[in-house]
Amino acid sequence: MRERLTAVILALVLAIASAMPALAVNPDEILDDPALEQRARDLSAGLRCMVCQNQSIDDSDAPLARDLRLLVRERLKAGDTDEQVLGYIVSRYGEFVLLRPYFGLHTAVLWAMPVVVLAIGAILAWVMMRRRAAAAPAALTPEEEARITKILDEGE
Amino acid sequence: MIVELGHYFLVLALALAIVQSVLPVVGARIGHAGYMRSADWTSVMSALLVAGSFAALTYAYVNSDFSVANVWQNSHSRQPLLYKYTSVWGNHEGSLLLWILILALFAALVAVFGRNLPADLRANVLGVQAWIMVAFLLFALFTSNPFERLDEPPLEGRDLNPILQDIGLAIHPPLLYVGYVGFSITFAFAAAAMICGRIDAAWARWVRPWTLLAWVFLTAGISMGSYWAYYELGWGGWWFWDPVENASFMPWLAGTALLHSALVMEKREALRIWTVLLAILTFSMSLLGTFLVRSGVLTSVHAFATDPSRGVFILAILTVFIGGSLALFAARAGTLRQGGLFAPISREGALVFNNLFLTTAMATVLIGTLYPLILEAFGGAKISVGPPFFNLTFGPLMVPLLLAVPFGPLLSWKRADLLAALSRLYFALGAAFVAVLTVLGLTAGGEVAAALGIGLAVWLMIGAFAEVITRSRAFSGGGSTLRRLAGLPGSMWGTALAHFGLGVTLLGIVAVSAFEREAIDNLTPGGSMTIADYQIELVRVGPVRGPNYVEDVVHFQVTGPSGNRFAMAPSKRVYTARTMTTTEAAIRTIGFSQLYLSVGDINADGSLVVRAWWKYQVILIWLGTLVMVAGGCVSLADRRLRVGAPRPARTRGKRELANA
Repeated sequence: MRERLTAVILALVLAIASAMPALAVNPDEILDDPALEQRARDLSAGLRCMVCQNQSIDDSDAPLARDLRLLVRERLKAGDTDEQVLGYIVSRYGEFVLLRPYFGLHTAVLWAMPVVVLAIGAILAWVMMRRRAAAAPAALTPEEEARITKILDEGE
Repeated sequence: MIVELGHYFLVLALALAIVQSVLPVVGARIGHAGYMRSADWTSVMSALLVAGSFAALTYAYVNSDFSVANVWQNSHSRQPLLYKYTSVWGNHEGSLLLWILILALFAALVAVFGRNLPADLRANVLGVQAWIMVAFLLFALFTSNPFERLDEPPLEGRDLNPILQDIGLAIHPPLLYVGYVGFSITFAFAAAAMICGRIDAAWARWVRPWTLLAWVFLTAGISMGSYWAYYELGWGGWWFWDPVENASFMPWLAGTALLHSALVMEKREALRIWTVLLAILTFSMSLLGTFLVRSGVLTSVHAFATDPSRGVFILAILTVFIGGSLALFAARAGTLRQGGLFAPISREGALVFNNLFLTTAMATVLIGTLYPLILEAFGGAKISVGPPFFNLTFGPLMVPLLLAVPFGPLLSWKRADLLAALSRLYFALGAAFVAVLTVLGLTAGGEVAAALGIGLAVWLMIGAFAEVITRSRAFSGGGSTLRRLAGLPGSMWGTALAHFGLGVTLLGIVAVSAFEREAIDNLTPGGSMTIADYQIELVRVGPVRGPNYVEDVVHFQVTGPSGNRFAMAPSKRVYTARTMTTTEAAIRTIGFSQLYLSVGDINADGSLVVRAWWKYQVILIWLGTLVMVAGGCVSLADRRLRVGAPRPARTRGKRELANA
């Protein structure tokens, strides 16, 4: 419980401290072109609100988040591609602002982890199954089968 | 006086826990029955003492005794009574006491209901549980004492954090904690089994009900927390991949894997090493979650310094328990013989597949949560890992797992026929295809991903009942189908329900993600906006005074597509003690969907920003988890799995035949 709440509380405290309890995206920010606006929303969802605990700028009501939202829209209106917008924002605020970090040397472990764990696990499971199957006793010979049947029959 | 008594009880509980952490373990070692039995009454006594201590703190809260620092910081005399009770665990110290109470209660439960466990195993389980008790009691008494007094008692308290003043605080934390802490028993069983050197099918049969019990509560706890955040935070998100959420999700993933692998161990004596390791891992994840949340590392790496004693203390607990159990594991793993053989395509193989993906998913969540901390700690770049990362990695990992779920229960042990299993799933497959085509048709091919997701959900939901249908030979005529259905073992129904619930949750997730609608507008009284065929008119704004807050309630009149009209009233609330503002959303449930309204501040010209969402089929997310919980309960009620009652010798043969 505190788990979630701690974050919630902090997010809220920060939001309140910023003394501007408005809602995240405000009507005056919305672009006229719906396609462009949708791109702005999608990009915003992947950008971190720098002064919040763990919110995207799309969810946050902090003034800094609003500034970033406006910046994203400005760049989009200027004709930037999505990558160019992100590149521009990262060049100004650092990679910390990206909720999905770039793939690179510094994040190789992060991105590779799921694939590596899955691969190692699959190989281990496979090897174990093979090895144990190989170590299993061979099937009975026909003579042994006959003897067992005989013993069982006599036992009845 | 009562407060001091509570403090004293806690110290007494520590003394008892210390005795219990040594005596029964020594007894088991030297074969002294009296020493071993001592654990039974010490664990019941400690549970009573901690309960008394908890009651004392509750007493202080209910009577608003502000001479107690903890009460002063987190309570207010004008709080409604319910919140005076829930305030007890709405803070670090109190919630830690709840943690310890549940830990003690679980030990007492094993002492009372575990009579049929071998004496040495029970003694060791209770001994290990006492080690955990000692660690957390020391932590509470030395760094987080809830009974500390203030020299000059203030007249009024500082109020509970407004966000927490909700019925959610009464439900979510206790459920979550029972789940979290419940896995301590699984851990204690694993450690005790390694100490006794006896890890077999019987062990798995004893440990499974406890795992299931913890899992049921953890599932319910996470689900309720998700719904609480959904309605309380005012922007309608239900899962944020927040580190604190991940902290509760990781034990859930590990615990779910454990439930499945223990099944293999119980039935076939295979996967022993792995099951024990998972039992350790699951509780390690609970401890890690506790560390992440309570040490302050999550806020920022620097916040560690604000209260180093707590962080360091939990880190020490974490290291000792995880390191110690892994060392014990390393020493003992070599002595474990592997059990039954199986082909890759078999029930065992399917459960290995399940474990592979669940564990990888857990590792993904773990690395995503810890990586930014680790990178920064080693002087690397400051990066963020948020929802887009998890959606991109966790999502694809779930697809093969979910596709495989309906197959699992249909495969026979040792060696199975995949095609034969598939032939029983034709109906589910057909239904899934129809669902995909329907969604594609309705959206004119615009929502391919959503169509596939909904198809997968339908596949899960219908496929979940394939085993029940096959076993009861339903639809094959004959009046005895109902009788056969009723005669099926409860655990089979449990599995079917749990898998069905998973499908329902997935359906909700896909539907709301793809078909949610949102509208944002600036409205003045008399103005209106439209969302998903609902016309929303702002009628008026009225101030209201609550017990410890004032609020502006915004009254809306909503007109539905069939001309039906209803009122909705979200508000903006200011809690006076902390002058903190909260957004109280208004939610109207229509079928499985919800209309969600949230308002911003009132501008100088009387206008205000209104955000409206049409949350399509959103309730299915939580309904599905409730069905999963119901499945767990049905399974738990099954004779063979009833907590501490594994006495199946006479009926076992028959059941086994039914399962064959």
